[in-house]
Amino acid sequence: MKETPLSNCERRFLLRAIEEKKRLDGRQTYDYRNIKITFGTDYGCCIVELGKTRVLGQVSCELVSPKLNRATEGILFFNLELSQMAAPAFEPGRQSDLLVKLNRLLERCLRNSKCIDTESLCVVAGEKVWQIRVDLHLLNHDGNIIDAASIAAIVALCHFRRPDVSVQGDEVTLYTPEERDPVPLSIHHMPICVSFAFFQQGTYLLVDPNEREERVMDGLLVIAMNKHREICTIQSSGGIMLLKDQVLRCSKIAGVKVLEITELIQKALENDQKVRKEGGKFGFAESIASQRITAFKMEKAPIDTSDVEEKAEEIIAEAEPPSEVVSKPVLWTPGTAQIGEGIENSWGDLEDSEKEEDDEGGSDEAIILDSIKMDTREVSNIGSQDAPIVLSDSEEEEMIILEPDKNPKKIRTQTISAKQEKAPSKKPVKKRKKKRAAN
Amino acid sequence: MAGLELLSDQGYRVDGRRAGELRKIQARMGVFAQADGSAYIEQGNTKALAVVYGPHEIRGSRARALPDRALVNCQYSSATFSTGERKRRPHGDRKSCEMGLQLRQTFEAAILTQLHPRSQIDIYVQVLQADGGTYAACVNAATLAVLDAGIPMRDFVCACSAGFVDSTALADLSHVEEAAGGPQLALALLPASGQLALLEMDARLHEDHLEQVLEAAARAARDVHTLLDRVVRQHVREASILLGD
Repeated sequence: MKETPLSNCERRFLLRAIEEKKRLDGRQTYDYRNIKITFGTDYGCCIVELGKTRVLGQVSCELVSPKLNRATEGILFFNLELSQMAAPAFEPGRQSDLLVKLNRLLERCLRNSKCIDTESLCVVAGEKVWQIRVDLHLLNHDGNIIDAASIAAIVALCHFRRPDVSVQGDEVTLYTPEERDPVPLSIHHMPICVSFAFFQQGTYLLVDPNEREERVMDGLLVIAMNKHREICTIQSSGGIMLLKDQVLRCSKIAGVKVLEITELIQKALENDQKVRKEGGKFGFAESIASQRITAFKMEKAPIDTSDVEEKAEEIIAEAEPPSEVVSKPVLWTPGTAQIGEGIENSWGDLEDSEKEEDDEGGSDEAIILDSIKMDTREVSNIGSQDAPIVLSDSEEEEMIILEPDKNPKKIRTQTISAKQEKAPSKKPVKKRKKKRAAN
Repeated sequence: MAGLELLSDQGYRVDGRRAGELRKIQARMGVFAQADGSAYIEQGNTKALAVVYGPHEIRGSRARALPDRALVNCQYSSATFSTGERKRRPHGDRKSCEMGLQLRQTFEAAILTQLHPRSQIDIYVQVLQADGGTYAACVNAATLAVLDAGIPMRDFVCACSAGFVDSTALADLSHVEEAAGGPQLALALLPASGQLALLEMDARLHEDHLEQVLEAAARAARDVHTLLDRVVRQHVREASILLGD
């Protein structure tokens, strides 16, 4: 499927928010999303979740004959695949540009930086070496694939154990895991990629862009570093023009972030090691808590509610008092009643019948109090009175507040808030009762 | 090759250059009559050829046309005889695709694509001999070719590579220096504004040395700009003589 185009208003909204240093999920400019690392039952298998972006990494090994010009070195092979389940836009034939870019970046980051000691993978010089293959699959795309993939790759490599091998003269004995414990790979350092997204011709930058932010960005700068503050790879992409000091600043930020992520990785590896040693249960199935629904759970984002009261009071003070609404149902025929006539229609000519439908529809929407589907983080400006203020996530921005008058006027229009703080007013309850009474 | 000294005590590199010295650059514009623009560049032993067609109508699917700008299409190919060992796949492999994408990114930033909406500009680069600094040579050749084709650009795009050995930054790496495995940085610069159209770096370099290497590469790119400028002026002079102005 072709990617759904991003609407202009959404693009403008995102760019405006970034100009005001606000991000949709409440993060700061330099904040990463939550990183969660889980290991599978086999060695070398892991899933890394960066926010909602999920990458599965699997390492496998094989004894092969070495390359002709590098007879004493093992072979490393990296492959990242964008699974079709990750995003609707990913199709078997379509992804080439992005795929090439990501794969080359990963290869350069992990291979050219020599994070794995390839000489130690040599078994018999010129004849048999280990070929280590790292397969990464993107399971869900919510932005910043490269960071998640690099973390998954290095974690999988650190976690992997290869079968032990011994050489006696010309004989090579490969031990199974039961005979001898498998041996970890020798890893010099852990390069981690940090992505910086640039907006408005390089004026604003964000770390760890999510999918929406990636759509509106001008370009991306990826810096791969390890915890010793050595830069392993820098790659700028997307046609942005950078200045030297921007690059230097980004490298400093990357240094800090990489330290945090490396600590997290170490902890996760240690935990897994401990669990395996103690004979506890491990694996993907164990990492999902059993009594919980596994669908995505939005975590609460911290919102500053310290001045809500003042703001609310201001608004109430300035607003008009709500008018008293007394509903008087009109019974047309047995089984058909009408309460009020709805707001004046702004669409043009409409017949009476459609107006009635409006009423019905309006009341339904008022009753729908949706759970959180946040895109906006406005604190609702509800007052404390119990007047006709109904919160809902309806598509219509205006609440149809029913009045019994023959010429209804608009009472109040409220912006829809995603966060419910107070209990809904009595209005919907009243309507329900009226309906029942009418029927 | 263990024991090969990339930088001697007196400060000379393997081929006798100093740390910040570029290799000899010779370039020619207008090598092909058929193409809208073409150029040939030799940077030391690295030889690259660039050909530009455009702006012309979008080939293939009209759906790819951008309503407000031109589409830049770059293809990189390195001849099978360009490296020490014969290459089996001249183009279509991952490295060539990546190089094509990087060239496209560089030139999309530099060419004034807003002036040619709904059209396409093709840049084809062929490397005839690769002796280090292939990306830089491709970009320099492509710049000259685009200028030869008369397509408006913001500024020259000058590229150079840089490395780091023994706490010294080296400019314009040759193949021997690249193969030694030290850090390599490739940079494409618009000299007037100092903006980087593309920055890429490989292998480990400590963060503290980054500035030094960036500075060396930027300086080298500016030197390349002086040379390319001279080449363009010479070409224009020759062309105007032929036209009889």
